[in-house]
Amino acid sequence: MAVITMRDALNDALREELARDPNVFLMGEEVAEYQGAYKVTRGLLQEFGAKRVIDTPITELGFAGLGVGAAMVGLRPIIEFMTFNFSILAADQMVNSAAKMLYMSGGQYKIPIVFRGPGGSAYQVSSQHSQALESWYAFFPGLKVVMPSTPADAKGLLKSAIRDDDPVIFIEQERMYGMKGEVPEDEDFTIPLGVADVKREGTDATIVARSLMVPTALKAAEELEKEGISCEVIDPRTIRPLDIDTIITSVQKTNRVVVAEESHPFCGVSAEITAEIQERAFDYLDAPVKRVSGVDVPMPYAKNLERLAIPDVPQIVAAVREVAYV
Amino acid sequence: MATQVVMPKLSPTMEEGQVARWLKKEGDKVSMGEPIAEIDTDKATMEMQALSAGVLRKVLVQEGESAPLGQPIAIIGEPDEDISALLKSEPAPAKEAPANEEAPAKEEAPAKEDAPAKEEAAAQPETTPESEAAPAGEQKKAAPQPEIAREVQTDGKRPNGGRMLVSPIAARMAAESGVDLNSVKGSGPSGRIVKRDIEEAMKAPQAASPGATPKLSLVRPMAVPAGQPGATYGPSAYRDEPMSEMRRTIAKRLVTSLGPVPHFFLTTEIEMDRAADMRQQINTLYPDAKVSINDVIIKVAAVALIQHPQVNASFQDKTVRHYEHADIGVAVATENGLITPIVRAADVKSLLDIATEVRELAGRARSRKLKPEEYMGATFSISNLGMFGIDEFTAVINPPEAAILAVGAMKPKPIVREDQIEIHQMMRVTMSCDHRVVDGAVGAQFLQTFKQILENPLYLFLG
Repeated sequence: MAVITMRDALNDALREELARDPNVFLMGEEVAEYQGAYKVTRGLLQEFGAKRVIDTPITELGFAGLGVGAAMVGLRPIIEFMTFNFSILAADQMVNSAAKMLYMSGGQYKIPIVFRGPGGSAYQVSSQHSQALESWYAFFPGLKVVMPSTPADAKGLLKSAIRDDDPVIFIEQERMYGMKGEVPEDEDFTIPLGVADVKREGTDATIVARSLMVPTALKAAEELEKEGISCEVIDPRTIRPLDIDTIITSVQKTNRVVVAEESHPFCGVSAEITAEIQERAFDYLDAPVKRVSGVDVPMPYAKNLERLAIPDVPQIVAAVREVAYV
Repeated sequence: MATQVVMPKLSPTMEEGQVARWLKKEGDKVSMGEPIAEIDTDKATMEMQALSAGVLRKVLVQEGESAPLGQPIAIIGEPDEDISALLKSEPAPAKEAPANEEAPAKEEAPAKEDAPAKEEAAAQPETTPESEAAPAGEQKKAAPQPEIAREVQTDGKRPNGGRMLVSPIAARMAAESGVDLNSVKGSGPSGRIVKRDIEEAMKAPQAASPGATPKLSLVRPMAVPAGQPGATYGPSAYRDEPMSEMRRTIAKRLVTSLGPVPHFFLTTEIEMDRAADMRQQINTLYPDAKVSINDVIIKVAAVALIQHPQVNASFQDKTVRHYEHADIGVAVATENGLITPIVRAADVKSLLDIATEVRELAGRARSRKLKPEEYMGATFSISNLGMFGIDEFTAVINPPEAAILAVGAMKPKPIVREDQIEIHQMMRVTMSCDHRVVDGAVGAQFLQTFKQILENPLYLFLG
C-alpha cells in the first residue's frame, strides 16, 4: 500500500469515482482552474474536462441548489465548499431541499449528492473560518454526516459517500490534509457509512473521538499506557448514522468513557453520544461520562489562545485519569 | 457559642435514629466535620459529623437510645460556657425535620452573606436541622463556612447527609455478588463506591457467607458456669441486647407479611448411624438409663445453641434476648393436648441426666402434674414425631422462642457416597425460625453445627 496524504487520498477517491460513473461531477469555487483551494481537486480538470469539473462564482446558495436540482434528475454531484464555514450560506438548500426531498416527494426523488470540503479548526483564521459544524448537519433527518480521521478512511468513506443515494455532508479536517498514511490502491476499496472503527484496543477506558481528535486521542492513549491505563479509541467515522453499538460494546468492556471533540460542547455531537451511552449502558458505567470539547467561545485569532481553545493531549489524558479514578 | 447537635436525617426513609456509639466523650474536643457518633438508621450504621467546633459538653441521648429526627442529642460549646439555656430548651419537634430537604435550605440561605454558601446549603441538607434547632441569632455561626463544608464533602466519608455514592456498575456488581455496600469503602470522588472497590470486596473472604462451612468450635461464646452434677436449674439467665434499628425494621416488615411470628423453615437430612450406635452403647453400659435418640438430640441441640447464641434468643418488644443456657422445651402429646416440659440448662447436663429428667417430666405431663415454671419459658423447643413414622414436618414456634426443631423418623435409606450406594440410618429435621430474630444464614449455620455434632457425637465429649 502506498503511503500518501489525506489530500491525495481524497483526490484518488474523486478521480476513481469520476472515472467509474459518468453521472458524477464536481462543482465549487476554485475546484477547476486553480486545482482546488487546498489542492484536493488537483489534475481533475485536465483529466475529466470542464463539463465534469466546474468552477463556480462565490454563490454558495446558488451552486448548492443547482447541485440538488442536478441530483433530482439523476446526476451525482459533488459540491465542494472552499470551507464548511461557507456552507452556512447554502444551509437552506442543504437542510430544506437536499435533506427533505426524498420525504417530501414521497420517495420519488433521491438526492445522491455529496457536500464536501474542509471544516473544523484551522491555523489562525479566526472565528468565521474556524468552526466545527457537524452537529448542525447531524441534527437533520435526511442528511448523513461523515468525518474521516485517516487517509485510508478518507478515501474509502468518500467513495461510499459518492455512491450513496442520500445527501452526505463530508467534512475534512483542514489541519489533516497533509497527514500521511497507508491507503489501499484498489479501486473497489470502500468503507461503509455508519460503521465505527476501533482505532486502538484497550480495557480501562474508552475514548470516543472523531476527525482531528483521533490522532490526539491515540497520543493520549500512548501516554496513558505508560501509566498502566489501557485506552480503547473508537472513531465513529460517521456522525450520522452513528454506530452507537460499537461504542456501547466498548463501554460495556471498559465501564469508563471520555468523548473528545473539537466543536463546542453545548448541543454538540458529544452530548448525543453521552446521552445514548447513559440510556443504553447505564448499568455498565463506573464513572460519569466525561466530555472534552472545544472551548465554548468563538474561535480566537491569537495563536496562543487558539491553541487553548482546541482539546489537546494533556486534556484528554487528564479526563481519562478522572474517569479512571487515578 | 454552644449549639445543639440534633439527630440528622441519614437515609430517605429514616424517622428516628439510634445512637449506636459515641465516638467522643463529654469533655472531648471536636472539630467541624469530625465524626462524633455512629447512628443506627433503619438501613445502616453511619457516622455523624460535627457541624460546629468546640467541646462535646453534654450527651443528651445515650448509646442504645433512639431519638426522632431533629431532637437534640448532644451539646457542643466552649469548655467553660454556660449551657443551661440549651439544656432547658424545648427539643425541636420531629415534624420540623425537613420533609422537603430543599425548602429549609432556602430559608437558611439569606442568613449567609456570600453566594457560594447558598449552594453549599442546598448541597448539604443535613446542616438544616441543626441550624433550626439552634437559638435564633446563633444560626450564622452554626452554619458551616463553605470552605470547611467542602472539605467535609471530600474527606472520603459519605457526603450529603450520608447518601451513599455508588457507580451504576458497582451497584449492579454488588447486587449480583451479594457484597454489602455498607461494608465497602468507596475510593472514588467523595467516597463514591466504584467497580474496583467491589472487586476488592469480592476478593476478600466474606465474614459469614452462608455457603462456607463454619469451623466447629467448642469454645463457648458466653461464660457458662460449669454444670454441677445433680444441680437444679431455674430458668436460664439472659442478657437483653438493645434492638438495632435494622433489626426493628426487619421485624416490622416480616410481621406485616407473615403473621405475628414470621416463620421460615430449614430442612436438612442427618446420618444417624453413629448417634444410634452411641445410644446403644450407653444403654448397654447403663441398662437403666434408657437414653433415647430424642435425648441425644436434646443434648446436641443444646450444645449447638450455645455455639449459636443468635438462635438461643427471643424477640422482645425493644430488645433481642440472648439466653445464657439452653432450656429445651420437649413437646409431649397428652390426652389433653400438647405440652412442652422444659429441660433446663440442657447444655451443661449429661445425657443420663437429660434422659432421666425427660422421662420424669413426660410422665408428670401426662398426669397433668407439671408446675407452670416447668413448662413455661424455654429458649428452644424440639418436637419429635418420628415415633409415629412421620418422615418430615414443620412445627409451629412457641413464642417467644425463636425456633423449634421438628424431628422426623430415623430410618435406613440408600445414600450415594463416592458413587457407591450405601445404606445409612437417616433422619430429617426441619427447623422453624422466627425471622425477626433468626435470619436464614444464621439458622442454617446452627443446623450445620447441629448436624455435624449429631453425625459425630464424639464432639460432645470434647467441649
